[in-house]
Amino acid sequence: MDNLNIMIVGVGGQGTLLASRILGAVALKKDYAVKLSEVHGMAQRGGSVVTYVKFGRKIHSPLIEKHEADILLAFEELEALRWADYVKDEGMIIINSQKIDPMPVIVGKAKYPSEIVRTLSQKYKNVFTLDALKIALQCGNIKVVNIVLLGLMAAKTAIEKQIWDEALKEIVPEKLLEVNVEAFNAGYHAIQD
Amino acid sequence: MKRLMSGNEAAARGAYEAGVTVAAAYPGTPSTEITESIAKYNNIYAEWSPNEKVALEVAIGAAFAGARAICAMKHVGLNVAADPLFTVSYTGINGGLVLMIADDPGMHSSQNEQDSRHYARAAKVPMLEPSDSQECLDYVKQAFEISESFDCPVIVRLSTRISHSQSAVETGERVDYQLKYYTKDINKYVMMPAMARRRHVEVEKRMLALQEYAETANLNTIEWGSKKIGVITSGIAYQYAKEAFGDVSYLKIGMVYPLPEQLIARFASEVETLYVVEELEPFLENEIKKNGIKVIGKEFLPVIGELTAQLIKEKLLGVKQEVNEPLMENIPLRPPVMCPGCPHRGLHYVLSKLKLNVIGDIGCYTLGAQPPTESLNSVICMGASIGNALGMEKARGAEFAKKTVAILGDSTFIHSGITGLIDVVYNKGNSTVIIPDNSTTGMTGHQDNPTTGLTIKGEVTRQVDLVKLARAIGVDRVRVADPFDIQELKKIVKEEIASPEPSVIISQRPCALLKNVKHAGALKIDMEKCKKCRKCLAIGCPALADKGDFIEVNEALCVGCRLCTKVCSFNAFETSDSAEKAGALNG
Repeated sequence: MDNLNIMIVGVGGQGTLLASRILGAVALKKDYAVKLSEVHGMAQRGGSVVTYVKFGRKIHSPLIEKHEADILLAFEELEALRWADYVKDEGMIIINSQKIDPMPVIVGKAKYPSEIVRTLSQKYKNVFTLDALKIALQCGNIKVVNIVLLGLMAAKTAIEKQIWDEALKEIVPEKLLEVNVEAFNAGYHAIQD
Repeated sequence: MKRLMSGNEAAARGAYEAGVTVAAAYPGTPSTEITESIAKYNNIYAEWSPNEKVALEVAIGAAFAGARAICAMKHVGLNVAADPLFTVSYTGINGGLVLMIADDPGMHSSQNEQDSRHYARAAKVPMLEPSDSQECLDYVKQAFEISESFDCPVIVRLSTRISHSQSAVETGERVDYQLKYYTKDINKYVMMPAMARRRHVEVEKRMLALQEYAETANLNTIEWGSKKIGVITSGIAYQYAKEAFGDVSYLKIGMVYPLPEQLIARFASEVETLYVVEELEPFLENEIKKNGIKVIGKEFLPVIGELTAQLIKEKLLGVKQEVNEPLMENIPLRPPVMCPGCPHRGLHYVLSKLKLNVIGDIGCYTLGAQPPTESLNSVICMGASIGNALGMEKARGAEFAKKTVAILGDSTFIHSGITGLIDVVYNKGNSTVIIPDNSTTGMTGHQDNPTTGLTIKGEVTRQVDLVKLARAIGVDRVRVADPFDIQELKKIVKEEIASPEPSVIISQRPCALLKNVKHAGALKIDMEKCKKCRKCLAIGCPALADKGDFIEVNEALCVGCRLCTKVCSFNAFETSDSAEKAGALNG
């Protein structure tokens, strides 16, 4: 396969780490070389966080740099905008339609940009938005927002659904599996081509 | 079987496979998960030590006693543990001793970006540097072999991108390591001048032997490609270099100290242009240049921050990646913040309202330096706040002390604040010390510490009583306050800074992210009652949003800590209908 570079971005605490662990399991099942990179510590406290996931034949650098991402999976709108220039021109951006004001906005020193999705759609052809929070609530657990988004992203890759299902089973704890599978499927079928 | 592991997990696995039975550490990003992972192995004793110095001393003791021992810390932790390191380099060991040191280029979660390779040279101990998770496992095992073959501690240096990147790892079996014979040996283990002088001779002999070992060690490898360009590199920089240069020749250095000088000279003689690619300081570069070899490195590459493949291409090959113009100017930054429900928020609000000089320390409460509270005056290192505050008082007098407090968390106080407090009492200071006790070590991801009553393995243990400890040191004024009772806390702080003697205020409320902390559920704003005075925004809560015409609670974030209700003059906050949505923050 060709390399597949995925960036998961969001706000520290949004559950980006679980999504990347499932992606890691998918890579191992497909026998891809894989590197995952994320930052822990201070940045996780409500800051802008990014996880890099690289699949391919041989991976050296664990980082994805500007203009190198095939898929940007954004858990929050402003974060989609912040990291958009990491996406290739023909790349894909998946956005959770949730807004979380950063502190400079809360204290009135900056303004939350308007029309983020429209701005991104003008530049990139493959922009998908989803109210994952709403779908997560329909599934009965607000915490599965991350899995709803992962489901949508999975549907946009060439990797078989069965592989994703197996990876979910492997990574998600037994007692939370049912709601996560429901969330994943809801995301998977949320946008029809 | 292949498993996906972070560098930290793989290093822990390496320790397990090497037969380690004792592991000690103080948490510090990016090193924390090494010891957290080790603690999961039943047949290894693991501990969170009060600080890195004690951790290394425990590991040294175990190694003297004949076990294989490991000790992990972040780069600045090695400053704390440097004292025992420099002398265990003289004594040598018995069972193998390995130090895992994780640097943080780019300062993702640190107060400086020192390059710990300098410690290997200064303390005269060998240092290995893996470049992915598999090498983390393999190098840790090999480090124990080197440690025992050459009778010395060995440092394995990691960096943030090695520690926190995951890649596939082939695991092996644990060796059946038998405790080595232990005997009292005054000449080897008692470092008085007469013995230490003799041991220093041994150290110099050892370094020569290690240098010879480096020449043929499998840790240093040449990958021949085009000989037009040769690249000498190590650690994560190797991965970036491979991507930037492609098919050229590489000398990958796995043992960064001491260096294989003859191997380097041979490699240099076969390539047309020689580059050295390394993060931070020109450590390899200077060692190589010392031998008269011409290399290109830090004259183009930065000594500040992390490298990337694109940066190397641009600086060394003059190839600039085409990038898109940013879609928008002035995208608002999103710096880290105290979490919704964080107990430190109430404390920082009070400190900023009182306009005090707040001498800070290392922990989540350091975030109070950011807007809107901007309440800190200085932050240096773990435990520095108390000594700093006392020094300011001695320089500017008792009146200044009445407007000044030191603030450091429970774990940081245990780490190295206790001695500072003793100094205040002993040398007749008036300092007011505030300990925001959140029942955990927060910033590094919730590790237990001597004040929590639990060990790293979750076993119940004797809990350090901070009130009794402060009294025993000689502080007569010890107060306990709830940071969410703003009025009471304010009163207590005012009383204590006014008193002409040392005092300790324990600001006590558990971290909002702890599993046993129950949250009431989100609040909302009654738009009729809200007068848009924006007073609530001064607490700096990420769950509040200023929508221009109105203030809004982000119900997905709000945990219902009710701190905002304490500052609202109009009673505008009320319980939300969807309070069950609480707890949206899912690590």
